[in-house]
Amino acid sequence: MIDYIQPDYEVVRNKDLCIKCKVCVRQCANEVHQYDEKRDVLYADNSKCVNCHRCVTLCPAKALKIVKTDHCFKPSANYTTEIIKDIYRQADTGGVLLSSMGTPKDYPVYWDKMLINASQVTNPSIDPLREPMEIKTFLGRKPETVKYREDGSIEVEKFPNLELKTPIMFSAMSYGSISKNAHLSLARAAEQLGIFYNTGEGGLHEDLYKYSLNTIVQVASGRFGVHEDYLNAGQAIEIKIGQGAKPGIGGHLPGKKIGPEVSRTRMIPMGTDAISPAPHHDIYSIEDLRQLVFSLKEATNYKKPIIVKIAAVHNIAAIASGIARSGADIIAIDGIRGGTGAAPSRIRDNVGMPIELALAAVDTRLRDEGIRNNVGLVVAGSIRSSADVVKAIALGADAVYIGTPALLALGCHLCRSCHAGKCNWGIATQNPELVRRLNPDIGYKRLVNLVNAWSHEIMEMMGGMGINSIEALRGNRLMLRGIGLSEKELEILGIKHAGE
Amino acid sequence: MDEIERMVNEVDEKYREGNVRIPSGCAICGYFSKKGRALPAIDAVDAMAYMHDRSNGLGGGFAGYGIYPDFPDHYAFHIFYDNEHAREETESFLKIRFDISNMERIPTKKVYGISGAPLIWRYFGRLEPEVKAHTELDEEEYVCQTVIHINTKIKGAYVFSSGKNMGVFKGVGFPEDVGEYYRLGDYKGYCWTAHGRYPTNTPGWWGGAHPFNILNYTIVHNGEISSYDANRRFMEIYGYKCTLLTDTEVITYIIDYLNRKRKLKLEDVAKVIAPPFWSQIEKMEEKEREKLTTLRNMYASLLITGPFSIILGYTGGMMALNDRLKLRSMVAAEKDDVTYVASEECAIRSICPNPDRTWSPAGGEPVIVELEKEGR
Repeated sequence: MIDYIQPDYEVVRNKDLCIKCKVCVRQCANEVHQYDEKRDVLYADNSKCVNCHRCVTLCPAKALKIVKTDHCFKPSANYTTEIIKDIYRQADTGGVLLSSMGTPKDYPVYWDKMLINASQVTNPSIDPLREPMEIKTFLGRKPETVKYREDGSIEVEKFPNLELKTPIMFSAMSYGSISKNAHLSLARAAEQLGIFYNTGEGGLHEDLYKYSLNTIVQVASGRFGVHEDYLNAGQAIEIKIGQGAKPGIGGHLPGKKIGPEVSRTRMIPMGTDAISPAPHHDIYSIEDLRQLVFSLKEATNYKKPIIVKIAAVHNIAAIASGIARSGADIIAIDGIRGGTGAAPSRIRDNVGMPIELALAAVDTRLRDEGIRNNVGLVVAGSIRSSADVVKAIALGADAVYIGTPALLALGCHLCRSCHAGKCNWGIATQNPELVRRLNPDIGYKRLVNLVNAWSHEIMEMMGGMGINSIEALRGNRLMLRGIGLSEKELEILGIKHAGE
Repeated sequence: MDEIERMVNEVDEKYREGNVRIPSGCAICGYFSKKGRALPAIDAVDAMAYMHDRSNGLGGGFAGYGIYPDFPDHYAFHIFYDNEHAREETESFLKIRFDISNMERIPTKKVYGISGAPLIWRYFGRLEPEVKAHTELDEEEYVCQTVIHINTKIKGAYVFSSGKNMGVFKGVGFPEDVGEYYRLGDYKGYCWTAHGRYPTNTPGWWGGAHPFNILNYTIVHNGEISSYDANRRFMEIYGYKCTLLTDTEVITYIIDYLNRKRKLKLEDVAKVIAPPFWSQIEKMEEKEREKLTTLRNMYASLLITGPFSIILGYTGGMMALNDRLKLRSMVAAEKDDVTYVASEECAIRSICPNPDRTWSPAGGEPVIVELEKEGR
């Protein structure tokens, strides 16, 4: 059969620099680099290259680079190279196209169209190097009323809350989609940072139970790895209804990533694709969600907040309102640009909406209905920097989840090939040889560094606004102005345009 | 002011309070007799004159408590009208809900520096028993909603004082001129608070001057808060409409919500809006730590950041409070049964040259004084 598909990238080897040490050959799990002993030459099979930069980064002679191929189809703005190749690929296999990580399509990034305020003259900015700057955050339902006891102490209805030292958590990424060393790095970093990581729907490896105080356990439609000890192992339970990268369908773990340990943790057979049902088969409507929320609360003695995670879809405000009345303590919303370990490409690239619009719509709706304090609000789906965090909180979020930035900190180069299971960086793979490449002792420190750096930047920006407590930033939309946005976009975001 | 004068003095509505958010710097002062002695209002006028440079002539005002001993149980409505039509409409609205015992123009005098005054009337009334019997709201809430209705629905009318046995007197001008304009030399009360305004907008609307009042609460405030929109959006969840877009308005609503509706003690209200830092809370003994953690968490969006000093007046009490970093000056003093608070010590010494004690209250530490209860 003719292979219609030409490589996207070309490996360029500078022969003057190359010392033929063959590190590239040994490092590339995709077997791009090969050494021909007879001719004493190194050559590359470009068709296998995913552009993950492992060889480039490790080449001691700095002799390698990867470039986008200039080989091209006749240019068309309509039938682009990607479209043509996808059609060839489907004609070859008859299958649904799979891809990984967040959509590469250029949907508007509203974070980049909002500007942050700062103090001048009429009130002072606050210097975070010299004054206390508070970013501690509580997530969960808040009581409304206080009763005084005779001794002057107060009595309030207690709801379980999560306490975060900084308003950033690690998104759900399952053991299976990522490696044990990646999970271990996340867990240890969460512990050091005073925040939480999230197991995803892959259960919890027995070696990670000791990080219980910084763990959120997830219950998804496949119910993989769910049992009583697991539910009680975390500080909160997240019901995953949907994910920003693939609204409307369930999780997808290719069989080649399911080895003995993943199989035992997930409680599923080795080597079979783990495809979660699209819906939870005990939740066909909002009143069913309430029953699952309370089943989980019963199972954990009402001691743990329940998070309901949903993908941002068109009717998000009404859905969130329903969830806020379902007994859930926290709503997590994931936008269209959110990452994934494997998703059908068409769904990833076309279903859902940007998190910024979903967040603004939900926060406004919950306030209009007077139920904003019933729930904490966590957003995810491409929070790329501390500035995105500040903007999310000013729009109304309590905290954010980060996934892709955490993986980048661990060495991910966003080659978007997680579903292949051959991650050269030891993150999105279960191949023991590859997993060993990710050293959790180093990985967790890099995660700690990243989140600490963001926290410092958040404090700097808050101080500039004259705000010394994160709760005074939350929902403080006057601190944002739009730039280059239409009236309608400004209306939905609930902000004014720059200059107004 | 007649229509001809009005045309001359007409301000650009575009920059009025409510149409645009106006930060503003200020001078404040207040004093309170714990024994309930009737203190002269003129002291407040004199004290404000000493802080002349903290105002810019775009607003001044005073609030007095215990000033209407002849009508102690009547709501005293002070209302600005732009024209006679607004007055007629408002009066007919009030008369079907309140039994009005007395109505009059508030006595004023011509003063150099005060111009563009609206029609200023006051009414003493009690809620009609019939209305009280039929409303689902409690009486205070009903009165509060009446005021909000007049201020938002009747064009050209603005209720700027609505408590019992208390009153607000305010206008555009320097505070000492406003005091003279309202003939405050004729008034006495157990508590007075005062405000001189330094807004960053140009027009100056009489309704936009301070103190800001709702029922018996009055607030004078100096500062610009950076938490404004977080506070405003939280209050709007609970049905408050922030129509003036000023800091003072939202602070008043926060206190009304926490103290009147949620029955929080004022010292705890202070701990919500200017709480100790987490690092301080963590070092407290367990009971206090738990209480402050709970309050900070449940009313997180009512924490106020940015510089402020406020004096809250209420029936039988006065509370002064600084932001937790103390980014605004505020000095307190005591002499016999009277407690003084002001932006600057010179203002206090101008009316009380030898106080028994002066101190600078720490950020977030409220100064609360209340009338001594009989028999104590």
